[in-house]
Amino acid sequence: MLTLTCPYCGVAADETELAAGGEAHLKRFGPGSTDAEFDTYMFARENPKGVHFERWRHAYGCGKWFLAARDTNTLEVFGTYPAQSSAPPQHIRDAITAKRPGWTWRDFA
Amino acid sequence: MADGVSVLGGVSVGGAVALRDLGLTGMVTVRGNLAGGALQAVCAGLAGVGFPGAGMATGTAAQGIAWMSPDEVMVFVAHDAAGAAVAQIDAALAGVHHLAVDVSDARALIGLSGAGARDVLAKLTPADMHPDAFRPGMFRRTRLGQVAAGIWALEDGSFAVMCFRSVADHVFATLAQSVKDGAVGHFKG
Ligand SMILES: [Zn+2]
Repeated sequence: MLTLTCPYCGVAADETELAAGGEAHLKRFGPGSTDAEFDTYMFARENPKGVHFERWRHAYGCGKWFLAARDTNTLEVFGTYPAQSSAPPQHIRDAITAKRPGWTWRDFA
Repeated sequence: MADGVSVLGGVSVGGAVALRDLGLTGMVTVRGNLAGGALQAVCAGLAGVGFPGAGMATGTAAQGIAWMSPDEVMVFVAHDAAGAAVAQIDAALAGVHHLAVDVSDARALIGLSGAGARDVLAKLTPADMHPDAFRPGMFRRTRLGQVAAGIWALEDGSFAVMCFRSVADHVFATLAQSVKDGAVGHFKG
């Protein structure tokens, strides 16, 4: 069972109160982009065993989207943060580094 | 004008935990910057209670305010006062980005009282109903069984459940079954 704390409400929400929204920090490529850029945006996803960043929505709650950093292998949650973040905030990176020194994920470390 | 009728028709069930339809209630949803002084003042004035912080509710489900999200509160007033309340909010927040809508007929309110009320709720929701975690004055949007609901821990130790009108019968029946099945005894005292 996965429990994520909504960064807006502060409540510990059960997985069944949330809607999963896939990978976080995707950069959208739309009209005007190359076929290769659009293909990568549309289809290429990380599938790590370990540190991962995801979008979640507090569906049975405030209804807001937020982002979460967690370990897909252990279900350990490193932290949650607002959906308006274009990159993981430093305190989230620090929390991951404390548990998983040397971690990397796409361009983040 | 037709007389309003509560979707649950005033139903009540006795037992170790008593359930009852809290009846027609005026509910006004207000969205905007909750830190705004004018927004807080007009809502507090209408309900006659203080303005709640995140995850909290003030007053009762008859006269009160519940925090719904970082930019939304629900104001509870008398059923026939909801229209005037919207007008009053719109007047007080003229020129301020906001939304106030009378949603009285969108939801039903069910009261739960009795020593085992926390058990009755905990069997149906993933939210922590422990008295140390969910204290009087708190309001939590979550799910009961398969449907969305808000749970309010009132200051007098009873609870109010808010759900959509379309699922009110289902929620009442589910709560009644949970009462009938008896206490689990998970929460001591
Ligand atoms: Zn939330």
